[in-house]
Amino acid sequence: MISSLPGMEATIEVSGLRKRFGPTLALDGMTFTVSPGRVTGFVGPNGAGKSTTMRVILGLDAADEGSALIGGQRYQTLLHPLSHVGSLLDAGALQPSRKARNHLLWLAHSQGLSARRVDEIIELAGLQSVARRKAGGFSLGMRQRLGIAAAMLGDPPVLMFDEPFNGMDPEGIVWMKGYLRSLAAQGRAVLVSSHLMGELQDTADQLVVVGRGRVIADRSVAELIAAASGDRVMVRTTARTEAMTVLTHAGATVAATGPDTLTVSGLTAQRVVTLLSDGAVPFSEVSAHRATLEEAYMELTRDAVEFRAAAGSAEAAR
Amino acid sequence: MTAATVTPYRSTHPAGPDRFAQLLRAEWDKFRTVRGWVIGMVVAGLLMLALGLLAVQNSSQCGPANSNSPNPPTLSGAACLPTFPIGPGGQAVTDSFYFVRQPLTGNGSITARVTSFTGVEAQGVPGSNTPGLQQWSKAGIIIKASTKQGSAYAAMTVTGSHGVRMQYDFTQDIAGLSGSVSAAHPRWLRLTRSGDTITGYDSADGTHWTQVGTADLAGLPSTAQAGLFATSPQYGVLTTSFGGGTGNFGPTLATGVFDHVSVSGGKHSGSWTGGTIGSPAGFGPNGQSGEGFQQADRRFTVTGSGDIAPVVTGPGSAEGGTGAIQDHLIGTFAGLIAVIVVATMFITAEYRRGLIRTTLAASPRRGRMLAAKAVVIGLVTFVIGLVAAAIAVLVGDHLSHDQGLYILPVSGLTAVRVVVGTAALLAVGAVLALAVGTILRRSAASVTAVIVGVVFLYILAVVPGVLPSGAGGWLLRLTPAAGFAIQQSSPAYSQVASAYLPPDYYPLAPWAGFAVLCGYAALAMGLAVFLLRRRDA
Repeated sequence: MISSLPGMEATIEVSGLRKRFGPTLALDGMTFTVSPGRVTGFVGPNGAGKSTTMRVILGLDAADEGSALIGGQRYQTLLHPLSHVGSLLDAGALQPSRKARNHLLWLAHSQGLSARRVDEIIELAGLQSVARRKAGGFSLGMRQRLGIAAAMLGDPPVLMFDEPFNGMDPEGIVWMKGYLRSLAAQGRAVLVSSHLMGELQDTADQLVVVGRGRVIADRSVAELIAAASGDRVMVRTTARTEAMTVLTHAGATVAATGPDTLTVSGLTAQRVVTLLSDGAVPFSEVSAHRATLEEAYMELTRDAVEFRAAAGSAEAAR
Repeated sequence: MTAATVTPYRSTHPAGPDRFAQLLRAEWDKFRTVRGWVIGMVVAGLLMLALGLLAVQNSSQCGPANSNSPNPPTLSGAACLPTFPIGPGGQAVTDSFYFVRQPLTGNGSITARVTSFTGVEAQGVPGSNTPGLQQWSKAGIIIKASTKQGSAYAAMTVTGSHGVRMQYDFTQDIAGLSGSVSAAHPRWLRLTRSGDTITGYDSADGTHWTQVGTADLAGLPSTAQAGLFATSPQYGVLTTSFGGGTGNFGPTLATGVFDHVSVSGGKHSGSWTGGTIGSPAGFGPNGQSGEGFQQADRRFTVTGSGDIAPVVTGPGSAEGGTGAIQDHLIGTFAGLIAVIVVATMFITAEYRRGLIRTTLAASPRRGRMLAAKAVVIGLVTFVIGLVAAAIAVLVGDHLSHDQGLYILPVSGLTAVRVVVGTAALLAVGAVLALAVGTILRRSAASVTAVIVGVVFLYILAVVPGVLPSGAGGWLLRLTPAAGFAIQQSSPAYSQVASAYLPPDYYPLAPWAGFAVLCGYAALAMGLAVFLLRRRDA
């Protein structure tokens, strides 16, 4: 009942976004949905259109085609948008001579929020000791914290962070991952972009992989890894040549990946064990290969990267 | 965990009503929390004050009045303060002329025929006087409340080069017959009093009379002075050069010859008394006045020097040591430079840091955001400008008095218009700078554009000799610099020959000039909102 009220649903729905910057097609039919209660990773190489998509969602850039809705509403129609969507696009977007608290204060006042809320959020973000210092002197990590505090001012059900791990020390990255998970656990929809899949591996529930302005894959992390792993099987054996003969004979593609390891495609692990046992080939280990998220990502985005590299060299050749 | 089991989060800070006041408050927070901007605005006020008050300098010295000692001590400062009679309208006036008069009680009229009008200029070197009338030399008939300088009057007069005029109470001037006077082309003049109303007539033949105008001289005593007069303002040749002007001034005399002089109605004595009103002009090599009158048969020859007119300021005016209240606001352009810098930064700093995205994400209705910014920067500037202008005028008046500089009195309403107008000029300048900053999005380019477009053009037009005066005049009509016209405190009088140069006088009326500036600001704001809405942030 509540979710049928406009503006109450914690979702981002992006559909068919298309945007051209001069000769470059920045967005080419970008479509995905961010659901409440989950961290959605938004990954892709630099220039894949992640930041542009986020700016379109926030009404900062206008798309040539398509729509981006927050809980079913266009951003421009939200009365106090910071109570619907909190975002951190660029932690450096600060007036250097303005004190941290004053930065939050004007934002709060623009939304009809009180100074008390500002002090509350300063405490939540652990910024008490620097609240009355000029933001220009902040480290990147402190700026990120200030940016997150700004995003949380209106206690919004939808959050968007663009490359939040950038410039953070390892300790900060761990904190950030936990924080993102806790936000999702509260029922918020969280969209986090990154160009490094590793940062999202144990944070995101859902991954939207983008390249060349469009979605390449939109799956849960588990599905993505399974897909990338394919049906490859790793075999450890001292009799490499014999094993290769037997397995190739059975129709598999076999590659030597180490002095005593082979990677086998086209057969299940069980079938490999049977074949090797039947052929009396000794082996110490047969296991299904498990791809890392990074590998899956590399595979998915290879085209996009290659395209960019080609375009780049063509550019350079001119 | 699937999405279906999740309870969507709801903000604990539900949106209240959307109010423009919230945007105003946010923009005010932004302004006041950047110390550099606050300091910049205070500097703007201080610059205005400092330049305005430093400009109050009068190096001229004077001898004591009424001293007969051969080596009078030299005086300076307040002792040199010239005094001007105050006319019925409250303005400083010159009221010096030769008056051949008789009292006239009750209603009546005076008529005279002018058959000759000639003049002479003193060139400063004995024996080098040259004949010639000034364009506003005057001879004619007059009814004046008393012989006191500054008292109400109405006159019908022939002039050096503006034909017959009816003038009254110093500021009013109505054209009558055109052409100059000669024996072959005499001019008949008549003034008729009825209560407080005096009507002027002229005629070429004494038979066919034309009414020129009426003057309502409220409170005219029942016994007024009626008679013949002659006066002639000093000549002036003004040469402007870069940064200043040099003038060559000297006294002149005008002589009118009258016949068919008659006073009728009412109660009048019938005998004529001659005398100068105001101090004798000191015409001639030995300081003799040269003024006076002769009566032969029924012919009167009246010679006078001086003027019956409002006092005007600036180079080329008859009176040295005078100023106007806007002289204390000469620092406005400097304050405006500081205001332009701050107002531009108010938006371009956001573009420079990418903060504009945070701002627009918080206030997606971009036009309203810019409007809130404009209101905040405009109001801040207005308040600073108002305080600085009010102090400059008040303290400047005081300093001027001590320095022996006479500041022309103006009505309270005019003073308020000049002070509030100066604050408004600065505020509109700030809004213009904000708009240009939004359009160009770069601090240096925007600041340069607005300073050139407003302040630099103003300086070009105002500093003498930089531009031909015609070109300067057009700048002050067509460019945003026209807004400075709001500071003009006294009008230019067509019946007083003077250069009427800025910054004391502007080609456009005060509010018209201000409207030109507002037009530019409105145009720039319109374009800024259009672009702000259209462009990606």
